[in-house]
Amino acid sequence: MGVGSFFTSKLDEAIGWARKYSIFQYPFVTACCGMEYMATACSHYDVDRFGAGLPRFSPRQADVLFVVGTISHKMAPVLKRIYDQMTEPKWVVAFGVCTCTGGFYDNYATVQGIDTIIPVDVYIPGCPPRPESVLDGLMKLQDKIATQTQRF
Amino acid sequence: MPGGPILQRLTDQFGAGLVETHEYRGDTTAVVERRVVTDVLRACREEPALGFDVLMDLTAVDYSKYPGREDGPRFEVVYHLYSIAHNHRLRVKVRVDEDDAVVPTAVPLWPIANWFEREVWDMFGIRFADHPDLRRLLMYEQFVGHPLRKDYPINRRQPLIGPKA
Repeated sequence: MGVGSFFTSKLDEAIGWARKYSIFQYPFVTACCGMEYMATACSHYDVDRFGAGLPRFSPRQADVLFVVGTISHKMAPVLKRIYDQMTEPKWVVAFGVCTCTGGFYDNYATVQGIDTIIPVDVYIPGCPPRPESVLDGLMKLQDKIATQTQRF
Repeated sequence: MPGGPILQRLTDQFGAGLVETHEYRGDTTAVVERRVVTDVLRACREEPALGFDVLMDLTAVDYSKYPGREDGPRFEVVYHLYSIAHNHRLRVKVRVDEDDAVVPTAVPLWPIANWFEREVWDMFGIRFADHPDLRRLLMYEQFVGHPLRKDYPINRRQPLIGPKA
């Protein structure tokens, strides 16, 4: 390993460490999963322990898009637009089975998984997922952020 | 006023306009012809003894392939009325054919009918004559067809963006 790549990999690690503990989420909450999202965010489960305690309500200030709840075909262009408005680096979490696959809403109105519209980094299944599952998904996302090649 | 006198009153006033009436476990129902539906609803709204000041719900039913109803009109538009003053309820039904699926609007009587009728148009494709703004309510404008009709294919998907399958 050359000196150059040594420094690059160490810099990647440092940036990854910083980024994984400063997650600013954009909660795109459309349905009942939102209650579980709130439970996770509140003091009992305390998502702030993972550095993700400050949701931003502008996509331009956020770097993780939490898609929480059923996405209908009518809502899909809005979700795509929110995703496009986020600045790099950005990640997407599919929260609940409706966002993962459409869930039991296999019907004329519902998007069958948001990964048909936007790229997804972490899938959190459950209807709704328990806060423990959410935190597990968040930690998996942190691992992904910490170990990926950083662009800046 | 219990259900019997309500139906009696409507029968006295509209006679042949009523197709049938029945009462079952406190649910009072009157099936009326389309030509008198506006008059029946206005009487329900405005006569003090009836006093149906709330349109609780306005919806429709698709009876195609329904056992025993194969030959009858395909759709039934259903009005659920409630009177706050008298604390009584009435269900009014109108039967319409697929070829001529038009019902007079109830918006002048109950403004809430505006969105109810838009929803029925969206889901069943029943039009409401003289409705002020008959656009789809739930689905998007580009959507083709009416998804709660029984002949709408259960697997048909019409996404605005993303894969068509």
